[in-house]
Amino acid sequence: MASAVHDVSLEEAGSHPVPESIVVRFAGDSGDGMQLTGGQFTLSTALAGNDLATFPDFPAEIRAPQGTLFGVSAFQINFGSTAIETAGDAPDVLVAMNPAALKTNVGSLKVGGLIIADAGEFGARNLAKAGYAQSPLEDGSLARWQLLSFDISALTMEAVKPFGLGNKEALRCKNMWTLGLALWMFDRDRAPLIQWLHDKFAKAPVLADANVAALNAGHAYGETAELGGAIRQHHVAPAPVAPGLYRTVTGAESISLGLVAGTQLAGLKMFFGGYPITPASAILHHLSRLKEYGVTTFQAEDEIAAIASAIGASYAGSLGVTSSSGPGIALKGEAIGLAIMTELPLVIVNSQRGGPSTGLPTKTEQSDLYQAVYGRNGDAPMPVIAARSPADAFDCAIEAVRIATQYMTPVMLLTDGYIANAAEPWKVPDMAGYAPFPVQFQEDVPEGGFKPYARDDKLKRPWVKPGTPGLMHRIGGIEKQVDTGHINYEAANHQAMTDIRQAKVAGIADSIPDQDVCMGEAGGRLALVGWGSTFGPIHQAVRRMRARGHDVSHIHIRHIWPLPRNLGALLRGYDQVIVPEMNTGQLKTVLRDQFLVDARPLNKVSGQPFRIDEIEAAIEEALE
Amino acid sequence: MNEMTKLTIKDFETDQEVRWCPGCGDYAVLKAVQRTLPELGTRPENIVFVSGIGCSSRFPYYVETYGFHTIHGRAPAVATGLKLANPELDVWIITGDGDALSIGGNHTMHLLRRNLDCQILLFNNEIYGLTKGQYSPTSRVGTRSPSTPFGSVDRPASPCGFALGSGARFVARGIDTHKKLPEVLKAAHAHRGSSFVEIYQNCIVYNDDVFSGFTDKANAAANQIWLVHGAPMLFDGGTKGMTLDHAALRLRVVDVADGDWAAAGVIVHDQTNKGLAQMLIELMPEEGFPVALGVIFDHPRPTFERAVVAQNAEASQGKLPDLQKLVSKGQTWQVDKEPHAL
Ligand code: SF4
Repeated sequence: MASAVHDVSLEEAGSHPVPESIVVRFAGDSGDGMQLTGGQFTLSTALAGNDLATFPDFPAEIRAPQGTLFGVSAFQINFGSTAIETAGDAPDVLVAMNPAALKTNVGSLKVGGLIIADAGEFGARNLAKAGYAQSPLEDGSLARWQLLSFDISALTMEAVKPFGLGNKEALRCKNMWTLGLALWMFDRDRAPLIQWLHDKFAKAPVLADANVAALNAGHAYGETAELGGAIRQHHVAPAPVAPGLYRTVTGAESISLGLVAGTQLAGLKMFFGGYPITPASAILHHLSRLKEYGVTTFQAEDEIAAIASAIGASYAGSLGVTSSSGPGIALKGEAIGLAIMTELPLVIVNSQRGGPSTGLPTKTEQSDLYQAVYGRNGDAPMPVIAARSPADAFDCAIEAVRIATQYMTPVMLLTDGYIANAAEPWKVPDMAGYAPFPVQFQEDVPEGGFKPYARDDKLKRPWVKPGTPGLMHRIGGIEKQVDTGHINYEAANHQAMTDIRQAKVAGIADSIPDQDVCMGEAGGRLALVGWGSTFGPIHQAVRRMRARGHDVSHIHIRHIWPLPRNLGALLRGYDQVIVPEMNTGQLKTVLRDQFLVDARPLNKVSGQPFRIDEIEAAIEEALE
Repeated sequence: MNEMTKLTIKDFETDQEVRWCPGCGDYAVLKAVQRTLPELGTRPENIVFVSGIGCSSRFPYYVETYGFHTIHGRAPAVATGLKLANPELDVWIITGDGDALSIGGNHTMHLLRRNLDCQILLFNNEIYGLTKGQYSPTSRVGTRSPSTPFGSVDRPASPCGFALGSGARFVARGIDTHKKLPEVLKAAHAHRGSSFVEIYQNCIVYNDDVFSGFTDKANAAANQIWLVHGAPMLFDGGTKGMTLDHAALRLRVVDVADGDWAAAGVIVHDQTNKGLAQMLIELMPEEGFPVALGVIFDHPRPTFERAVVAQNAEASQGKLPDLQKLVSKGQTWQVDKEPHAL
């Protein structure tokens, strides 16, 4: 994606009038291993030097009944020889492993696109489960598309026969057969994948061999079978990217890495308190393997204990971190207030999902912005940062640690299900380029005696580790007296402390960069203002519209609270401001409130990311 | 203070005005704790008192150590993070019947099963004091309160039963004003792991004399049995004792003549016997038994924080933290061409 890999200027984009990019969607039963297939295809695509973006789209049920519509799991990848910022609107190729996968996904396939279907799964029972009266492979209903159907199940069984697997295990290799065909179609190297299979099944060499055989058979099928005109080999040239070392990264990985990097830059140990919840658990999983970086992970008994233990650890002098998704963040609300009152550093990661309540656990949404900015009792200001992409989440996590420790405050880092799960190429950062921000614990009794709520010029109070002689003190959730931190219920004191807490968080704006315009000019007819994972579609839409000569700019906000100092003036420089969000208009409301600008909403809450054309249409309408 | 100075009760008093109701049992517990702390050999700066919400949870403000007055029910969770982040700290949790068994019941259970090394002092006054007198999860059936004007109808929880059931390896009981409370506290401190101490605490305002049936001077001897590991279970001046009715598999009170407890069949307290502990905590004066006090169960097991520290060390063995290496992990590829060299 542009943020991490390269920024292609308008001229460059224009110099490739037909950007060679292809969108492939793998869809199958949740037991068919589509996420794995997609993940491995992503890796080989990255290794081939294409830029890419992915969109894993899976059901909430772990093992939904086989063959059902709600059990369909899909993985979409958009890759190409130019900058790729979204997982693509409409797929060019749909791989459908059963009738349900075909039914739920074929609607979005480009007219004239290619369907590859496993005919072996289109028996009467599966057809009935998907609600087909007769087989769509045979009744001509797919005439708008190119159809290629053959019995992948049988071909796979045949390929793995020499390994003596049971029926079920043999059929499990279907995804590798399909992947082999896809690798042939896009001229990909099989070697890294074969290596990966041998590593994955190191303990069961027979399974490794069978999967490799299936992969090779799929590849050979493409090479040798007479498939007719529909299928041909494509070669997508490598995308122009800045030289360097690359890897793929998901948001969950990059947040974990960023948190580790941040705590190391702060010179601290990390304590992570978590409780399993989709889609945030992956962060707990990643961090639990990084103990040599001074990371202690703790799977708590509930969301409240997860944050409360993190607060306890921060009190002890580690950096407390906790992570969850909307419903879990709601449970943590009271404890966030405690961290605000006791002014302890803390990072809270919210991987947003569709809400309210349990909502749509596996679908993406940006509807927790109000919760992040306002969602606590009392006047409880807290900094909020939002990551725009998996790669960007790395820097955002470091920034969250910096603010938490430099200002003694909890910080919320917003990401979402899309960022958490999606993979994108990431130029491996040079860690020497990150300036450390070491924490200074107070260790000596200052002149005039120690005051736990004394302030420095940033209004930060001192951080003292229990165990430090001479500085014993008590903190808690009851209102504190200015400076001394003693319990105090007096009216004037509460006014003073409320003002200080407010001013401290507002002052963070001094340490964040001015808001930039990531495409276009600082002023003009129209600005699209986004935050979080809508970056890709907004950026592409603005690029396309600018290429057609429209006066439109893209502003993407990382610092949601406090907002950058120049943002109000910047927004007033445009005739119109549109805020595309996957909610009903939350950033829009904040911008209107803070700057009295006539920001207008563009909303989508279908659990799916914006499509580029949806945003293009909105721009068109605004500029008419 | 240098290492040579002997600490005294004064060293553990803060300059904060103590704000409990006059005559509240909390004062006595505070004194007992402040009297005990100098004898433990721990420097005050290495001690942390963590509390939740309730009358008793004001406790940390009054002890000259580190202290954290957290939120309702969450003290065990805060203490867990604190202790995992710095296992050298001596952590005391101050809680009440509502805090530990109602809103924070989940955390209390998990703290005990994990066996985090800390002391949990549960001030049981069988009432919500701070919120002005509603019945609590330990209130007896029929308790009249602002929220139960016709008497409560739900059965109370047994704090020690809850603790044992949650896997606690140290369970003891004391009484706010009893002179033996410091001894119980010392034993709790000596135990490595979660030491659970239920302290009967009189709320003079909302539940006065609820324990007087066994705490009043006149009733004490006949209704309290103070347990000592390895000693016969005697009470009422040695004139009575506990025996095990083997047929019914339960404890029974027997008379002891001339101090010959063995002849009366009185059994010896074994604090490592969980089955016995279970029977002891269920003894109730209303059923003709004395209340079991002192150390009821003490049978250490490895602690949670030591296990975490050991696993962290083991998993880190031979691995040097290297951020550059960390971010470069996984399958990588090198792009050599200059941009736009296509
Ligand atoms: S209300 Fe009861 S428990 Fe609370 S301080 Fe007063 S006497 Fe003590």
